[in-house]
Amino acid sequence: MTTAVERFDDEARRRVAAHGRTIVHDGELLRHPVYTRLLHWAVAIFFLLAFLSGFALYTPWLYHALTPIFGGGPTTRLLHPWFSLGFVIAFALQILNWATPMLWTPADSRWLKRIKTYVSNEELLEPADVGFFNGGQKLYFWTIVASALVFVISGLPMWFPRTFGRGAVAISYVLHDVAALLMLVGFIVHIYESTAQQPGTFQAMTRGTVSKRWAWTHHPAWYRDATGRNPREDYERAAARESDRR
Amino acid sequence: MPSGTLQIRAISGHSGSVPGAGAHREEEVCKYVDVTTCIGCKACEVACVEWNDMPFGKTTFDNTYQTMPSTAWNYWNLIKFNEHPRDDGSLMWTMRKDQCMHCEDPGCLRACPAEGAIVQYANGIVDFNQENCIGCQYCVTGCPFDIPKFNSATKKVYKCTLCSDRVGQGLEPACVKACPTGCLKFGTKPDMLALAEKRAGQLREHSGFANAGVYDPASVNGTHVIYVLHDAKNPEMYGGLPASPRIPTTFTMWKSLAKPVGLLLALLAAPVAFFHYIAEGPKEPQPPSRGDQP
Repeated sequence: MTTAVERFDDEARRRVAAHGRTIVHDGELLRHPVYTRLLHWAVAIFFLLAFLSGFALYTPWLYHALTPIFGGGPTTRLLHPWFSLGFVIAFALQILNWATPMLWTPADSRWLKRIKTYVSNEELLEPADVGFFNGGQKLYFWTIVASALVFVISGLPMWFPRTFGRGAVAISYVLHDVAALLMLVGFIVHIYESTAQQPGTFQAMTRGTVSKRWAWTHHPAWYRDATGRNPREDYERAAARESDRR
Repeated sequence: MPSGTLQIRAISGHSGSVPGAGAHREEEVCKYVDVTTCIGCKACEVACVEWNDMPFGKTTFDNTYQTMPSTAWNYWNLIKFNEHPRDDGSLMWTMRKDQCMHCEDPGCLRACPAEGAIVQYANGIVDFNQENCIGCQYCVTGCPFDIPKFNSATKKVYKCTLCSDRVGQGLEPACVKACPTGCLKFGTKPDMLALAEKRAGQLREHSGFANAGVYDPASVNGTHVIYVLHDAKNPEMYGGLPASPRIPTTFTMWKSLAKPVGLLLALLAAPVAFFHYIAEGPKEPQPPSRGDQP
């Protein structure tokens, strides 16, 4: 990344932070600052709009159900590329914002190897090397980056068919669908993991904080970096206190 | 074509059988275009613009006998002019009437995502309903003949209707009505095919066109506009008439099969997530808190 881009990213983060605040209560840690939350929900809103207007045109079964939301077929078609443009711009800023914490590390490869035990909830605590984002989150992030790229590359010929020609549109049509399906699966998993599956996660994107328990359970290496304490020892101390109380 | 439902089944006080009982009315219509007798007068072009009440646009003069480079949203019917070099070095002029072919398997209709924007009548006419068109132009990509044309002001796509409004009233299309040489004819598909075959045979036997034949491409299950060509083996020479017009697989295999199956598979993620929750439960922060925060 060039320094100019880094400076832009830092400046945006600083300016947005000056207009908002994150209240961190006792026993909590700051997870996502204002700028990250703002970008996340901008991306989410544009995503939902582009997603609904896109799937309205995806198949005749959804055309009936979804086009009325946007005022009928013609307006759905008219608005879809603009929603998508909003998504792409907001997500490009999020890529800048998250490029460093989303970098793939050996710990993520190890995480991916033990994804089975992760999915089956076999271990109560994540291994000590799981940082700010785990391998699954990074995989989801880079999947969205890849599908967003495919969306843009295949979306332009469909937006301007006369400039790009028949052949380009015929291929783009398929690529756009593949990217949409990939994103749909990722989106469903993302919502499940961040709400019902892992209690205490959703507030990280609303209030911006998580409990320390949440942090040492799901992201112990980040807990160690953020607090300078040993996540395992803190967990054991808390567990002992809980059993005393009973 | 008048509906068969008003055919008489029984007549009061009538002795003997009902006249016309058991008669079969052929519903499928067809426009016959004999390229070999077209003189390029453009009467059909003018009749088309007039009948369909289209705003007349500017023409382009490029030193040929062609009105403009291609059909337009307000110009659905164009005589394509071509000079084809003969074996002896002389030139043969060809005039081919270019318009919607009204395919039996229409690529535009397959590609269209908007309900009711494109319909195919029982008589074979493929018609656009602009009030349902969303302007996505997928039909442009789906059409192997480059016929649907987009109007960027109305954001709708237009093309030849085979004068479905006239045909519905038992009249021939405006272009056929205007043709002075009889190179355009209109009738049922079997009648027009028989006529075309007869004319092609005449060309082969008496006019020295050994490859004369009928253009009714099987790759789109036939068309409701057919051509008699001097050289049916080389349709490309008539202003790029495709030898084997194909609908992109994007709008056949992919759209009708892979898309719905793919969507259902992707949506499976939702019940999988739900039953994962039911079977495995949530991942609580550890240790589960029963009192104050740590």
